[in-house]
Amino acid sequence: MALKGWKELPIGGVIDEPGKSREFKTGNWRVLRPVVNLDKCTHCMLCWLYCPDMAIEITVNEKGKPQMLGFNYDYCKGCGLCADVCPVHVIDMKPETEFLKD
Amino acid sequence: MLTNIDLKKAQAVTGAEAVANAMRQIEPHVVAAYPITPQTPIVEYFAKFVADGVVRTEMIPVESEHSAMSAVVGAASAGARAMTATSANGLALMHEIVYIAASLRLPIVMPVVNRALSGPINIHCDHSDAMAERDSGWIQLYAESNQEAYDLTILAVKLAENENVRLPVMVNLDGFIISHGVEPVEFLPDEKVKEFIGELKPVYPLLDTEHPVTYGPLDLYDYYFEHKRQQIEAMRYARKVFPKVAEEFYAISGRKYDFVEPYRMEDAEYVMVALGSTNSTIKYVVDWMREEGHKVGLLKIWMFRPFPKEQVQQYLNGRKAVVVLDRSTSFGAEAPLYEAVKSALYEASARPQMGSYVYGLGGRDILPEHIRQAFEDAIEGNLLADEQRYLGLRE
Ligand code: SF4
Ligand code: SF4
Repeated sequence: MALKGWKELPIGGVIDEPGKSREFKTGNWRVLRPVVNLDKCTHCMLCWLYCPDMAIEITVNEKGKPQMLGFNYDYCKGCGLCADVCPVHVIDMKPETEFLKD
Repeated sequence: MLTNIDLKKAQAVTGAEAVANAMRQIEPHVVAAYPITPQTPIVEYFAKFVADGVVRTEMIPVESEHSAMSAVVGAASAGARAMTATSANGLALMHEIVYIAASLRLPIVMPVVNRALSGPINIHCDHSDAMAERDSGWIQLYAESNQEAYDLTILAVKLAENENVRLPVMVNLDGFIISHGVEPVEFLPDEKVKEFIGELKPVYPLLDTEHPVTYGPLDLYDYYFEHKRQQIEAMRYARKVFPKVAEEFYAISGRKYDFVEPYRMEDAEYVMVALGSTNSTIKYVVDWMREEGHKVGLLKIWMFRPFPKEQVQQYLNGRKAVVVLDRSTSFGAEAPLYEAVKSALYEASARPQMGSYVYGLGGRDILPEHIRQAFEDAIEGNLLADEQRYLGLRE
């Protein structure tokens, strides 16, 4: 997103449209990246419940059960809460530097 | 300014009553205030107007000045015309939100009844309260008399709400000297004031739910700087718009305001510069010394922020000497008005000699003899640009 100059911005730091926070990619604050081992995940949804940024991606299967899919790295800011609350410890927090080549 | 008052139409009132009547005529949607000496009578008079149903204003009696300023910020963001008034420590307690009000570009008008900041505690006049807010992003006007306090309060509304300005305005009036002193004041008819200020055209009102907006979001290194740049530009516009607003006010009142008021300046070689009510005493001394043949004059500063650098240069360039009187001090640096005037004259082609005089702290009386002394120093060539002197201080 190209940053606007002072002549183009609404005055007073006002945000003049609703829902603009979608454009604010907090993911680039991340130092540690959560990575899940879905083979061992029990789909208990605790991580989804606790994530402060709604960055856990899920779907609901044919049986009406929620399924953990992974993370939305545009908004996940790497706080590590999901890894902390996961009862089966299948979320690892890995340094972003490991993914630099991606 | 007294010369422009029609004494047949004038009423003898205190400055506080004059300002409260300006507020009655402005009839803001919201007034939130907390009483503090010597601002108290403004709020008392206004509360009576509310209680008597004279105005439809929503009056919020809050529990502190921090809350008073917070409430008017909330009201102004919602799209209301909002006012408050304060003094000294009340203003200091507001400081956090005073800065926010300007940063959010809310056109709040606030009479400040100037009083010394504690400590030790003192309730009398000086400008330390307003000077502590000089870099808060508010426009600052200073009144010499009760009439000016009334006029400037009305004029401030139009200046603050100008679409290119959108900045809050502090109308400074000297504690007790103006607020509690009785002088003749010529009130404008209510409908003329209402017509002059017009309807507020809110910008991004929170109550316009069809167009939802967010006030006060996080503003980090990526945008904060740009928002400060916009405020700097708004101050430039304030300088541009003020003469037009003053012109329109002249049309309804016959009283002409400007950035500065020159007094007996045509051939003046020795000029004093000051803020507020002391200008009346200086005018008296100028007349007295003129009778004796001294070429003395006065440049009264009406608008301190934005600072009218151009006008100061224009009036002071080429004079023999300039004496600046400050009713506040900046510990460890030059006094605020002196610093601004001296800095403006850096670019002058014919720089005058300069002298800085601090007076009247904590309400210490300033006498015509003190002012005469400072003029005499200037006439004798006995001024040092780097020396701060004191009027009425015991050694
Ligand atoms: S690290 Fe924090 S922000 Fe990212 S998915 Fe986990 S809980 Fe959400
Ligand atoms: S908390 Fe752990 S087990 Fe539960 S859904 Fe999230 S990753 Fe899977």
